[in-house]
Amino acid sequence: MVKVEFLGPIGREPMEVNINNLKELKDIFKDDEKLQEWLKISAVAVNDELVNSSDVSLKEGDRVSILPPVCGG
Amino acid sequence: MLEIYEGALKVNEILAKWYEEYKDKNYGAFINFIGIVRDENGIEGLSFDIYEPLLKNWFQKWIERAKEENAVVLMAHSKGDVFLHQSSYVSAVLSPKRKVALRLINEFVEDFKASAPIWKYDLKDGKRIYAEDRSLILPNSGILSMDE
Repeated sequence: MVKVEFLGPIGREPMEVNINNLKELKDIFKDDEKLQEWLKISAVAVNDELVNSSDVSLKEGDRVSILPPVCGG
Repeated sequence: MLEIYEGALKVNEILAKWYEEYKDKNYGAFINFIGIVRDENGIEGLSFDIYEPLLKNWFQKWIERAKEENAVVLMAHSKGDVFLHQSSYVSAVLSPKRKVALRLINEFVEDFKASAPIWKYDLKDGKRIYAEDRSLILPNSGILSMDE
């Protein structure tokens, strides 16, 4: 299983999904209109490293984080 | 050094601690930046969420970048609520000579604003409202959106 967490203001509980890559996660989210609004403006980290495409393989125990726009300070 | 505190920062204590720690390490310049919550738009304060694992990774890269110039970066940030005229952010750069520290503090704070995984909310009328209009989209955002 892969754990998916939604950070900051997205305000959703983490979920566990049985997927082998990020493209499968994209497919799971495709009909979730509210989440799509966030995904348009959110970056993605796998195991706490930002990734630059959805062409990323995942394995058991990996963690995916969804990061909406940031504002520190 | 990266420090996260619950609520407002005790700025004097943090800066004094950093100064004591580094004053005899032969750095000629110690430049700091302190962020203070301003009274504007009717807010009562600000509130912050932090994703610490990614913040640590980001900060580690800055430690290494500063080290290449014989400099040191330090940072403290609040999580949770910080009220008007309190501080949520303190950062500092030490370097042997002032020009490196003056340049790096600017580069560090700019990159912090654009990259640090921290989310800001306005505290207003008892609500915690995401500061969406002031937030910056991270690089490579949108890769899980159907529009991509």
